[in-house]
Amino acid sequence: MAPKLAVWKFASCDGCQLTLLDCEDELLTLAGEVEIAHFLEASSAVTEGPYDVSLVEGSISTPADAERIKEVRRISRRLVTIGACATAGGIQALRNFADVEEYRSVVYARPEYVATLAESTPISAHVPVDFELRGCPIDRGQLLEVLSAYLAGRRPGIPNHPVCFECKMRGNVCVMVAHGTPCLGPVTHTGCGAICPAYGRGCYGCFGPSARPNTGSLKTWLGDIGLARPEMDRMFATFNVTAFTEVPDDPPA
Amino acid sequence: MTHRHERTLNIGALARVEGEGAMQVRVAGDRVEEILLNIYEPPRFFEAFLRGRAYTEPPDITSRICGICPVAYQMSACRAVESACGVAVDGPLGDLRRLMYCGEWISSHALHIYLLHAPDFLGYPSAVEMARAYRPLVERGLELKKTGNAIIELLGGRAIHPVNVRVGGFHRVPTPRELRGLVPGLRRALEDALATVRWVAGFDFPDLTFDHEFLALTGEEYPLERGTPRTTTGAAFEVADFEDEVAEYQVPHSTALHSRLVHGGRYLTGPLARFALNRDRLSPLAHEAAADAGLGHECRNPFQSIVVRAVEIVHAVEEALRVIASYEPPPPYVPVRARAGRGHGATEAPRGLLYHRYDLDGEGLLTSARIVPPTSQNQAAIEEDLRRLVQDRLDLDDAALTSACERTIRSYDPCISCAAHFLDLKVVRS
Ligand code: SF4
Ligand code: SF4
Repeated sequence: MAPKLAVWKFASCDGCQLTLLDCEDELLTLAGEVEIAHFLEASSAVTEGPYDVSLVEGSISTPADAERIKEVRRISRRLVTIGACATAGGIQALRNFADVEEYRSVVYARPEYVATLAESTPISAHVPVDFELRGCPIDRGQLLEVLSAYLAGRRPGIPNHPVCFECKMRGNVCVMVAHGTPCLGPVTHTGCGAICPAYGRGCYGCFGPSARPNTGSLKTWLGDIGLARPEMDRMFATFNVTAFTEVPDDPPA
Repeated sequence: MTHRHERTLNIGALARVEGEGAMQVRVAGDRVEEILLNIYEPPRFFEAFLRGRAYTEPPDITSRICGICPVAYQMSACRAVESACGVAVDGPLGDLRRLMYCGEWISSHALHIYLLHAPDFLGYPSAVEMARAYRPLVERGLELKKTGNAIIELLGGRAIHPVNVRVGGFHRVPTPRELRGLVPGLRRALEDALATVRWVAGFDFPDLTFDHEFLALTGEEYPLERGTPRTTTGAAFEVADFEDEVAEYQVPHSTALHSRLVHGGRYLTGPLARFALNRDRLSPLAHEAAADAGLGHECRNPFQSIVVRAVEIVHAVEEALRVIASYEPPPPYVPVRARAGRGHGATEAPRGLLYHRYDLDGEGLLTSARIVPPTSQNQAAIEEDLRRLVQDRLDLDDAALTSACERTIRSYDPCISCAAHFLDLKVVRS
């Protein structure tokens, strides 16, 4: 029997699951190899679990979702989180550093109608996760690698070095050295193909921290090219704010 | 199901829409008492955390509201910031923005027509199932989608949350040669788009006509990245007056705010509204395809919106080819210096008018933000259509009624992620 694939959504923008539908050349072939058993964005037919692989998009930000993710874990053999919302809490985790009551009253006239938690947290804060795929959004090639790895019963081959490395391989001109443009490439997880520097802008960290990121030394460098502290803080406080906040500024041992 | 006048029906999550929501229908005897479109999408509070961010950040940050139409968010965000700073980005940079937006219309409309909506007309639960019988058709849809994405990838670096858009223009503009590389794909897409119009025009459409007002941008060209809001009753207003003309209000059953026209009431934005207000500005082949498909000067059947979307793909492809043919690379951006003030931006997302407003302080930091996405504007009109649909079909059994409601909802291509997860249809009959 074909392995069963399920796709789940929590607080998110749908962009990571859309990446699956954006595999235009592979989608119908993939659909022949797996049973797409639960994917509400694409199908109204739902096959009951358990599922062999569950892809989970989005963060946990409501009391109901904190319960729902436990059920998803219970019926999934492998659970892979896709994207910064699911792996780090997403941009909506900016509330973790603010007063959510005040946030609620800014957006809604009757805040009491809206159920929300004080923090937006990654899936791994609630249930064990088999693999975390980074990015805001995830990369199509990396998604296909993770799916084919699990279908073949092997570990996905996803490197965790910094974007900087990919940038050199691509032959980009370093935007910091050449133009003094602030860039998070030295501390950001690889996977996108170093797109931003290829377009002449600095990396803004949408894949979150790489393995052993030396953010302390990068911050010194950013200061040297004239970036003021509030700007620097804002640069790290976006789609992976919780993950970057957890990185110590001391150089890794 | 219990006996005839007292029954409750619960239907699981509504599929093939972006995001998750629920619906509740309450019927008493032979009258529909109440229809509630519930949106449970967890709130993400963009308008709250945008405060204190730099004026350069809204394009990257707000694109994360919606993975289906990130270009729309980037374009409305740029326009709002630029208007606050007293800068207008038009001419060749405006054309490049429109080209990128055409890519999003092609891709988003192809996704909705082929993968989300057409399975309803042909009786399949998904496009993947539909592909077992109609593989070449589904492949055509995927190919169209890919052509749209190719435009966004070239201009934006990637299709979802492009990285190359900035306040004032782009980080880098393409070379004419790079743009010409898109032409063969677009020529094929033009044939495929015309074939799509002919295909969907032949579908069997349920009978339902509504009388909502339409609201869309209007201007010299069929509206994408700019225009002036106008309604079918003739009211026109400046983008800057949007919040005076459109009132947002909250209902207990939804995390998305509803909207109404201050001088009207509920209204509809999106492809049907754009078409009714701008039909004569369609590209030549799109105009002809609309006439051949039997679309009159306006279309008021929500199910036929699939035809209008197909016509809009034709337009977007022709427009893309036109922009590419006359392209000469401009400087990548116009400098935008921050100043204290308020700015407004409205553009036509695939699902309708998308409004942003920002207030900046003298340091260029945002002090307040307002974002009004199309689906929240349409909620009241969708609820009204569902009420009429159910009222006219009370003799149907619960299963048939439910599937009619789900189809109606899908025909609006609602983007619930945008609007604020889980369409759970519940019919209560008493
Ligand atoms: S990680 Fe980014 S792209 Fe993915 S769902 Fe979250 S906001 Fe969207
Ligand atoms: S360069 Fe950085 S910000 Fe840009 S796409 Fe890659 S990881 Fe994301």
